[in-house]
Amino acid sequence: MELDKKLNQPLAEYLKHLGDNTLILAQRLSEWCGHGPVLEEDLAITNVALDLIGQTRLWLGLAADIDDTGGDADSLAYQRDVLDFRNALLVELPNGDFATTAARQFLFDHWQLLALAELSRSSLQPLADIAAKSHKEVRYHTDRSDQWVRILGDGTPVSRERFETALNALWSYTGELFEVKQGDQALIDAGIITDMSLLHRQWRDDITSVLDQASLATPPDEYMQRGGRDGMHSEHLGYLLAEMQFLQRAYPGAEW
Amino acid sequence: MYAQMVKTGVDKLQSLDEMSARERAFQERIDADKRIEPKDWMPDSYRKTLIRQISQHAHSEIVGMLPEGNWITRAPTLKRKAILMAKVQDEGGHGLYLYSAAETLGITRDQMFEALHSGRAKYSSIFNYPALTWADIGTIGWLVDGAAIMNQVPLQRCSYGPYARAMVRVCKEESFHQRQGYDSLLALSRGTDEQKRMAQDALNRWWWPSLMMFGPPDGESVHSAQSMRWKIKLFSNDELRQRFIDLSVPQAEVLGLKIPDKDLKWNDERGHYDFGEIDWSELYEVVKGNGPCNRERLSERIRAWNEGSWVRDAALAHAEKNIHRASANN
Ligand SMILES: [Fe+2]
Ligand SMILES: [Fe+2]
Repeated sequence: MELDKKLNQPLAEYLKHLGDNTLILAQRLSEWCGHGPVLEEDLAITNVALDLIGQTRLWLGLAADIDDTGGDADSLAYQRDVLDFRNALLVELPNGDFATTAARQFLFDHWQLLALAELSRSSLQPLADIAAKSHKEVRYHTDRSDQWVRILGDGTPVSRERFETALNALWSYTGELFEVKQGDQALIDAGIITDMSLLHRQWRDDITSVLDQASLATPPDEYMQRGGRDGMHSEHLGYLLAEMQFLQRAYPGAEW
Repeated sequence: MYAQMVKTGVDKLQSLDEMSARERAFQERIDADKRIEPKDWMPDSYRKTLIRQISQHAHSEIVGMLPEGNWITRAPTLKRKAILMAKVQDEGGHGLYLYSAAETLGITRDQMFEALHSGRAKYSSIFNYPALTWADIGTIGWLVDGAAIMNQVPLQRCSYGPYARAMVRVCKEESFHQRQGYDSLLALSRGTDEQKRMAQDALNRWWWPSLMMFGPPDGESVHSAQSMRWKIKLFSNDELRQRFIDLSVPQAEVLGLKIPDKDLKWNDERGHYDFGEIDWSELYEVVKGNGPCNRERLSERIRAWNEGSWVRDAALAHAEKNIHRASANN
């Protein structure tokens, strides 16, 4: 389909949201590499991070095509400053302990799974294709996350307490994932993206049914943090970018 | 090679006549190039030596994840990041196959970890050097994985079945790593002056430690002789080192990098490169624990292990509860 030029800018922003989410979360997860609680888990976390980097290359690649400023996925990842990142705050939060990482992943995976299922029906074929491909990977990530909820919730009093603490601490970062931004409406009307706010209830049900299996309570929706998609990030993101972008910043223009 | 100076617990080689009937039958199987499998009878010293060698190899794989893992978050492009992640993940996988191979000899992974953490078990000295710049990542792939391949390709034919089979899987992946490392250095060597400097500096720092990976000259070592007779070591340290040098010199030339050895030159008569004296005192110090990163590497492993203990406890408790629940329902 021919894209209405007016949609370019909001669409590129939306694609950056998707690609920045996967990029920043992959960056966080890769901090675990070599430090997992068991070797199998070390490899599994890296595997998820690897999938997310693959997805990032596709989302940011498409964003760069639509932006049409001569950039590519790498220039978007490595040359934007914190104000231009569009990821949700949830994914930039520090890893914390294994329970925090597991809870963050659980909340994010279920959001991603629902979002990708919808986006795979997008009227914009390249977007639908990336979503469908990613959805298969995320199915597996979600199963793994659910399994950790059951293990940590059911395992020992210590693991249960750690998981509950993490879940409650992260909950206020989940509302943002379902926001509809000003630019989104035209994309929704054109059938390119889906109205995320309509998925919030389903997401809560999905989360609750897994938490139930470990007899854990779903936290109540109280005040929600927001701002990631507007470039209003936590202090943590600056440090993450400083590390990630170091070589590209120190040696501008070099090929690697 | 990832196993250096492995002791065999033997102080003299026995002739076939001196052996018991079982020992002789065992040695004759090896001499006939037959594989030893876990259920077969084997001398205690063979079993213990293999445990030492395979676990040292496994520990090297997982400690080796640390210097490279450090650079995943700083990799300069998304593609390089993905390649490095996949590589480090492969190394962890090698650790897994090798721990499983060692477990067939009657030791558990937890026991092997305990030996590593207490300092009783060793890992390759090479991972006690720091990865300072991005060029180190390419150099590690090129030289360290390259040296590992040199040693591990023959081990695909070693006498112990599970070890030999683990090596077949490992070797395929190691040659990928080596090519990818070399490719990443090639990009630097065609790059800016700063990138070339980075690449040369990395070669200067990694060259000699890579040669030390093969271990000191075997000389009269009874352990080497015994390991060769058992076919768990197939070539001498010096033979493998020479092969490695002969292969690496032209590769360095293509990169336009200078190997930091003023005595390095082609010897027509020998058909090999001559090379300078290796400072073995450095290797002995690193093996003793005095390398630049020994303390960090080990304490990083121990910290990860300790911090993960509540997670492992939870997984175990959950699995046990599941068993109880299943039997209560029956
Ligand atoms: Fe390896
Ligand atoms: Fe390797």
